[in-house]
Amino acid sequence: MKPAKEVIHTRIWEETPEAGNPFAAAVCRCGGYDVYGDLLGKASWAEYLYLLFKRERPAPAEARLLEDLAVALANPGPRDPGVHAAMCGGVGGSTHAASLMAALAVGAGQLGGAHETALAMDLWRDCGTDLKAWTGRLRQPPAPPGPADIWPGIDHFPGFDPNGADCPLPVRQTLAHLAGLSPGPALPWLHRQRPDLEAAARSPLTLIGVAAAALADLGFDRDQAEMLCLLLRLPGAAVHALEQRGYGWRKFPFFGDGLVLADDPGPRRPETD
Amino acid sequence: MGGPERLEQSEDRWTTGMGAFFPAEGRVVFRGKDLHRDCKDMAWMELLLYGITGRRFDANQTRLFEGIWTLCTSYPDPRLWNNRVAALAGTVRSTASLAVCGANAVSEATIYGHRPIIGAIDFLLAAKTARDLGGNLAEFVKDRLRRNRTLPGYGRPVRRTDERIGPVLALLGELGFPRGPHVALAFEIEDILLAHRFRLPMNIAALLAAIAADQGLSRREYHHFMILGFSAGMFPCYIEAVNQPGLGFFPLRCDRIAYEGTPARPWHTPAAGEPGQSP
Repeated sequence: MKPAKEVIHTRIWEETPEAGNPFAAAVCRCGGYDVYGDLLGKASWAEYLYLLFKRERPAPAEARLLEDLAVALANPGPRDPGVHAAMCGGVGGSTHAASLMAALAVGAGQLGGAHETALAMDLWRDCGTDLKAWTGRLRQPPAPPGPADIWPGIDHFPGFDPNGADCPLPVRQTLAHLAGLSPGPALPWLHRQRPDLEAAARSPLTLIGVAAAALADLGFDRDQAEMLCLLLRLPGAAVHALEQRGYGWRKFPFFGDGLVLADDPGPRRPETD
Repeated sequence: MGGPERLEQSEDRWTTGMGAFFPAEGRVVFRGKDLHRDCKDMAWMELLLYGITGRRFDANQTRLFEGIWTLCTSYPDPRLWNNRVAALAGTVRSTASLAVCGANAVSEATIYGHRPIIGAIDFLLAAKTARDLGGNLAEFVKDRLRRNRTLPGYGRPVRRTDERIGPVLALLGELGFPRGPHVALAFEIEDILLAHRFRLPMNIAALLAAIAADQGLSRREYHHFMILGFSAGMFPCYIEAVNQPGLGFFPLRCDRIAYEGTPARPWHTPAAGEPGQSP
């Protein structure tokens, strides 16, 4: 007997084929909703994004929170290492995908990047809105990398800036705004406790720290939060890469005098050339 | 045959000449050879070339191709755009694999990296064909230059003489390879350019393309061979940045952004009944 065909198991997506082509879908349902026959035109981008991740449509307050978080994260600006990496692709005329791959590779990091969001989500999972638990964790040294960990060790607390002085205005503005519309407890609590948490961490809160609180309030887990952070910061990387392609490499910082070579073996003798 | 019938033919069926793993037998086939029996004595470079071309290269050729990778890898200067991606990944504590993959992806660039590499072999192969068909090489070169304004493999903005050419030619000689027809052609083209006072001395892309063509690589095979060659210069850039204080790799102050766009303006939210666009 011929074995049954292998199938893709999913709770997210269902397709009904076209009558004349089993390889083309006539109806696509996401979480039960007809995407092209019903949802399209009714759902916002944020509602659909939430539906994709959670398989349920968000409450209006959740959709608004995700929408505004997406605006806050969309462009970290050209000084951000992930955007800088994308611009390196732009100035050299690399493929657009390479620019976004570079943005993802760098924007994935644990210092201002997406993996830091996952680590910060661990703090929310473990400490909730218990100030004593948070300050206890923040006063301990960060955990070393676990066995078989591919990530480099970190020496700062996720969601806080080890190079920071005071909490920057955009972080405070974003926190105040999102805390005002969050349906969950994390953002309002973070807004109230920020000074105490920053004192315990001896460093200011970052936008990643705010994003982790927002994603905790939206009920996302650490992996979903990391994915969303990667995705939601790509627009800025894309537009800055495209813009630098137009400006060209001559107008892009090269740090020409910035490199100090510590182990120069010295010039070669002419006869060895 | 097209349309869904073609997809039906391939449903649950992929015919490959490239290889497979047979877990029950503990056996791996790599392009028609038993990996652990027939390929066990191959150098990694030999295996790579075999995987790309399906042809065997002898030890001398393997040393030549590996020497090309050594001499022409991405210089470990973290300011260079592809290496900078690796260094940036280190400074934000991303992973080594993401760093090197991101940097290699960016190496598929236009003004350096893979596109000039392909452009150079395309140009040389076209020049060879034109001359083999009885054409005048000087006219061919000048015509290409007139039409495209650049010649892949010739000219280099940062330095007049490409510092890699001497060592690569020395390697070719040390291994006992004569200057083959494509290498000879590459130098003839340089002579033509210099004789006509075009300031376009040969750069390494032309020489490497010529060597690859002389060794029988097609343009695609040559492109594929070159893809991973930059990696050796990328790891050091990542390693150093990941071992230095975080975000310490060329940090930029806010005033390093030279804004040239629309001056500051408020986001106007229209009231009900008001036209939608902000003024």
